[in-house]
Amino acid sequence: MIIGRKAANFIRLCLSYIVLVALAVAAIYPALWILLASFRPGKSLYSKTLIPETFTLAHYKELFTSPVYMFGTWYGNTLKIAVFSMLIGVVLTLLTSYALSRFRFRSRKTTMSTLLILGMFPGFMSMIAIYLLLKEFNLLDTHLALIIVYAAGAPLGGTLIAKGFLDTIPRSLDEAARIDGASNFGIFTRIILPLSRPMITYIALTLFVGPWVDFIFAKLILRTKENWTVAVGMWDMVNTMQNSNFTLFAAGAVLISVPIMILFAFLQRLLVDGLTAGASKG
Amino acid sequence: MQRHKARAGILSAIFMGLGQIYNRQFIKGLMFIAVEAVALIYFISNLGRAFWGITTLGESPSRLEKVKGIAKMVPGDHSIVILIESLITLLFFVLFLIIWYMNIRDAYKIGAERENGRPSNTFKQSVRYILDYKFAQSFLLLPGMGILFFTIMPIIFMIMLAFTNYAAPNHIPPAKLVDWVGFETFRNLLVLKSWSHTFYGVLTWTIIWAVLSTVTTYFGGMLVALLISQKGIRFKGMWRMLLIIPYAIPQMISLLLMRNLFNGQFGPINQYLGYFGLGGLPWLTDPFWAKVTVIVVNMWVGIPVSMLLIMGVLTTIPRDMYEAAEVDGATNYQKFRIVTLPMILFSTAPTLIMQFAGNINNFNAIFLLTGGNPVNGNYQYAGSTDLLVTWLYKLTLDQNKNNMASAIGIILFIIVAGFSLYNYRRTKSFQEEDMIQ
Repeated sequence: MIIGRKAANFIRLCLSYIVLVALAVAAIYPALWILLASFRPGKSLYSKTLIPETFTLAHYKELFTSPVYMFGTWYGNTLKIAVFSMLIGVVLTLLTSYALSRFRFRSRKTTMSTLLILGMFPGFMSMIAIYLLLKEFNLLDTHLALIIVYAAGAPLGGTLIAKGFLDTIPRSLDEAARIDGASNFGIFTRIILPLSRPMITYIALTLFVGPWVDFIFAKLILRTKENWTVAVGMWDMVNTMQNSNFTLFAAGAVLISVPIMILFAFLQRLLVDGLTAGASKG
Repeated sequence: MQRHKARAGILSAIFMGLGQIYNRQFIKGLMFIAVEAVALIYFISNLGRAFWGITTLGESPSRLEKVKGIAKMVPGDHSIVILIESLITLLFFVLFLIIWYMNIRDAYKIGAERENGRPSNTFKQSVRYILDYKFAQSFLLLPGMGILFFTIMPIIFMIMLAFTNYAAPNHIPPAKLVDWVGFETFRNLLVLKSWSHTFYGVLTWTIIWAVLSTVTTYFGGMLVALLISQKGIRFKGMWRMLLIIPYAIPQMISLLLMRNLFNGQFGPINQYLGYFGLGGLPWLTDPFWAKVTVIVVNMWVGIPVSMLLIMGVLTTIPRDMYEAAEVDGATNYQKFRIVTLPMILFSTAPTLIMQFAGNINNFNAIFLLTGGNPVNGNYQYAGSTDLLVTWLYKLTLDQNKNNMASAIGIILFIIVAGFSLYNYRRTKSFQEEDMIQ
């Protein structure tokens, strides 16, 4: 009886490990494949083996030196836009969620519902209007335009999650500080900010990643090639070449993914806290 | 007994700030006067044109005119630019009316205070009052402005577009004018055979897609989470780290990458199938297989998030519940069905519903992977895997059928927003949030 149970347990664990290994392979394989493809000589998508026979850095070199792909410039542009829209967006989101979490005022619930509904709107329906608006203010083809639009949109996506998180910070802390004479603003900077680090990380990371992957809106706004972001550049590369230079695409993809993956790895702990705390309270 | 409040109110109504000055609040009064002065200058030159613009949408198209015997192109009214300019002016006007109303109320209230013998606040005191009691509202002002101009204004604009005939080939400015047509666009979309066939077809697939993609990622994630957190599994951190990788790769990259992996001719997947002596499958080019592919790929992208979420929930399930179940002689399966599953479902239900709503609008998954293709000959500008959201993208940016796209956008919006609002209003964090503290 006891042996039977042990055997069953053993079989269960073995099966679990097999499934886990299969899943892990499925999860890693595409990433590994594109990484190795970026070191493969030649241009073709097809390769006999997963691991190339010789390794080359030519594709990376081409990205940065070729006059057609201004990858270095695009990289700088994207980094700039991502950092600034992240900073402004985080501030706006925190302001909104702090106000909604800590203060009781008329039309508060309406504000929350409105935020939720507005976030549901298909984004590029509003693209034409934003395009025309930016044209009115002569902001087309500028990075400032992208920063403004990304930052202004940030509270829509993050507020409700951030508010859910802030709700879990005990109100007694605020009250204690208030008795000690802290102002509303003081409570915000000295108590709320330090305690909501996981949340800030989560929001900041989502905002930071945005400009690296948004190719639709950025493409509409940024007209000249020197101003493009990497996402626009990559999209253009895929569209114009149609698999004819796959290895170059692979190199670009690796360059975009690596910094983001490093950030994810470093911030994993905080990220998971932020994600679950915001979500489990619904 | 003086009648300060009526006097201050009326003065403020006549010209903003006068009431405040009457109440001896000079700095505040001057600020209001400045606002009104700027507003007057702006509205005198713009407001009339805004009302004209929004009712007529322009009256003269571009035309050729003979100037000294040479035909010249004379630019006419660009209906869409006129529409958005009018809209912006009218939005400013509404903001102005709100400030105007607040200014009257403020003058009236302070007048009333003075009648009761209290001196009016100095400027410093007013600022303190705002920081202490109107903090939330002033905090929300900045994000609110951004949302007003970059979200609400565009939405109003596009709702208006649905009621115009702004579409290729006959009504594209600046060559032609655009006009209001009422509900004609909606009628065409829902009743006219050529459009309605595509609409209902795409709508059906959108709903199938949303259900399948949500269910597969959710239960897939649950399965993985349960596998990892089983008793006896070692290196839990490592497994989680490995399985989280698809989540860390930017979606745009991973989807474009998948498109190449599933490439029918050269892609590695068909290549491997070939090694096993199996024929390659038309992953992205056959209507049925394309649908299978998008769902499988979406699982790859979506499972890690669900896994993280559910692992978070699993740690919160009290251990004594399982112990109690063991005492009653429950098997592993029974423990799962009676304890684990209900607990997970209970705490992730809101997220699940939000994921469903998000999947209805999942643009990237379809657009980057198949682009809505393979083409479906029976559809108007839509392919077999097109969702409503990618279809309307094609209608706007490729086909210039802007009014039709707006109408679809509105319908889509009503479905998704209604769904998520209903869901959100029922969640704990909305209803009983004050009980948590």
